[in-house]
Amino acid sequence: MELDKIEEKDLKMGKANQEVFSITLQELAETNKDIIAVTSDSRGSGKLVPFGQKYPNQIVEVGIAEQNLVGVAAGLASAGKNVFAVSPACFLSARALEQIKNDVCYSDNPVTLVGISAGVSYGALGTTHHSLHDYAVLRAINNITILAPADNFETEQAVRLAAQHDKPIYMRFGKKTMPFLNENNKTFEFGKGRVIRDGDDIAIIASGETVYPAWLAAKKLEDDHDIKATVISMHTIKPLDLNLIENLAKNGRPIIIVEEHMVTGGLGEACASHLFQHGFKNPFQIIGIPDEYTVTGSQVEIFNHYGISKEGIYKTCKKMLNI
Amino acid sequence: MTKKELQMKSVFLRKNLLKYIYKAKAGHTGGSLSCVDTLNVLYNRVLNVEPSNFRDPSRDRYIQSKGHCVEALFVTLADRGFFPESDLETLCQYQSHYIGHPTKKVNGVEQNTGALGHGLSICVGEAIAAKLDHKTHRVFTLLGDGELPEGSNWEAFLSASHYKLDNLYAILDNNKQQITGYNKEVMNIDSIREKLESFGWAVKEIDGHNLEELEGALNNGPFETGKPNFIIAHTIKGKGVSYMEGVTKWHHGVPTPEQYELALSELTEAEALI
Repeated sequence: MELDKIEEKDLKMGKANQEVFSITLQELAETNKDIIAVTSDSRGSGKLVPFGQKYPNQIVEVGIAEQNLVGVAAGLASAGKNVFAVSPACFLSARALEQIKNDVCYSDNPVTLVGISAGVSYGALGTTHHSLHDYAVLRAINNITILAPADNFETEQAVRLAAQHDKPIYMRFGKKTMPFLNENNKTFEFGKGRVIRDGDDIAIIASGETVYPAWLAAKKLEDDHDIKATVISMHTIKPLDLNLIENLAKNGRPIIIVEEHMVTGGLGEACASHLFQHGFKNPFQIIGIPDEYTVTGSQVEIFNHYGISKEGIYKTCKKMLNI
Repeated sequence: MTKKELQMKSVFLRKNLLKYIYKAKAGHTGGSLSCVDTLNVLYNRVLNVEPSNFRDPSRDRYIQSKGHCVEALFVTLADRGFFPESDLETLCQYQSHYIGHPTKKVNGVEQNTGALGHGLSICVGEAIAAKLDHKTHRVFTLLGDGELPEGSNWEAFLSASHYKLDNLYAILDNNKQQITGYNKEVMNIDSIREKLESFGWAVKEIDGHNLEELEGALNNGPFETGKPNFIIAHTIKGKGVSYMEGVTKWHHGVPTPEQYELALSELTEAEALI
């Protein structure tokens, strides 16, 4: 693995991932007439208004009715449609959980469930609108791939691959504008973590919108202390890239997981479970949301409060490295 | 198949579902007996579905929302040649594919159901897809009256009329009872006709044990152009076995050897009168 020398100022800013989702889906729908977006009064927040205008026969609106959203999506998929069911992640992954479990996963109807404004993207709108449980509940369900792309590149790739995938998928996106994180690494495959930055001293495994602050912390570690950190975008929560996790653990370096999710049942616990069961004893820390109702604030304020930030991750890394 | 043969088939299917429930020592007896006439008419008179065309995208769809009455479905599918009837010897046995709810592992089953309030939404998706593709096949589901309080059904009712799904047929097996007792005592769903009409459905009420009425309703849609079709099939839980009819405990009761023999002899008597 080559050391990534990109400077922060060199990072090219992109768009919000959910906007890239919409643009990509629109491109695909132009030639693939089987693509259907199903929405629950969510086309605005899902950035699908232009999609609906351009392809009125390829969007099905069910109103604010998430259970029906997923059931209808399953039926459309069963009939051969290439279905993207789009709804805020908080409602999609809780209100419609039984439909996801039975009608999509158990019946093996290849729906792509798209959780928009995921994690704490809705900020001060509070707990009803936060999805900090979605990895946990969906990890415990068979036959579903769980994705949290970090940047616009990963998002576009995830949507394109999803359109070709014949199994259930859940992908979540946030609303925040994201930078392109490693333009030298243009590989994206479900179930394979993407190396954003490379270094032997410590490994930071992050997902979704937490990869960017992980990258910033890694850069600061190098600038301030010449500490070389590996940063992984673990865009696929399930199936988890166990080979990569083991390879990272092999040299004994500390491992930090960063996630926009409750620590309970999230990416960190999935990594810890595998490492512990396979005899690894690396120093290990999970930075996520603890088992409490989150502090009121914007996404950034909530991130800062719980240490899901450049400074927070930097401090945790220093503590684990005893510097 | 003549009218008489169809009537004989209903008795045969009743005997068979009792046989496999008795062997498995498990099953949803009362509801299977109340809906088996509907399944008989669907698979022998209505649905364009058979083993040879089961993967044809233009086949009619039948998705059983009241999945717990799987025994009625399994014996009907076996009789139509979707799988050997002898497979049902393994019903609910260790490692069998024939579990206590519909599963796609069994040839002829469209969707895995069993959790209530799911079938109709899937049918709405199937029916929208058929409309989008200008296909003429129809989509059928069988609902239990006990599952109507599931809110997801009402989400689906709304969307079916919104999208003018006159290719969709929801049959209510209205046996008026559920595991705890009568619907009206557990959760009153009276005025179903008015409720469904106000949700934009075209509604017909029939005797769910009258095969001609069933065929008449299921083969003569849409009842109104642009409206989804709702058939209230008035039925009797445990229909065909005197000591089971209208008795709540037979919801998932399994007969003793003596009760089983009595049920078979009653059905044989009924057969002789056809």
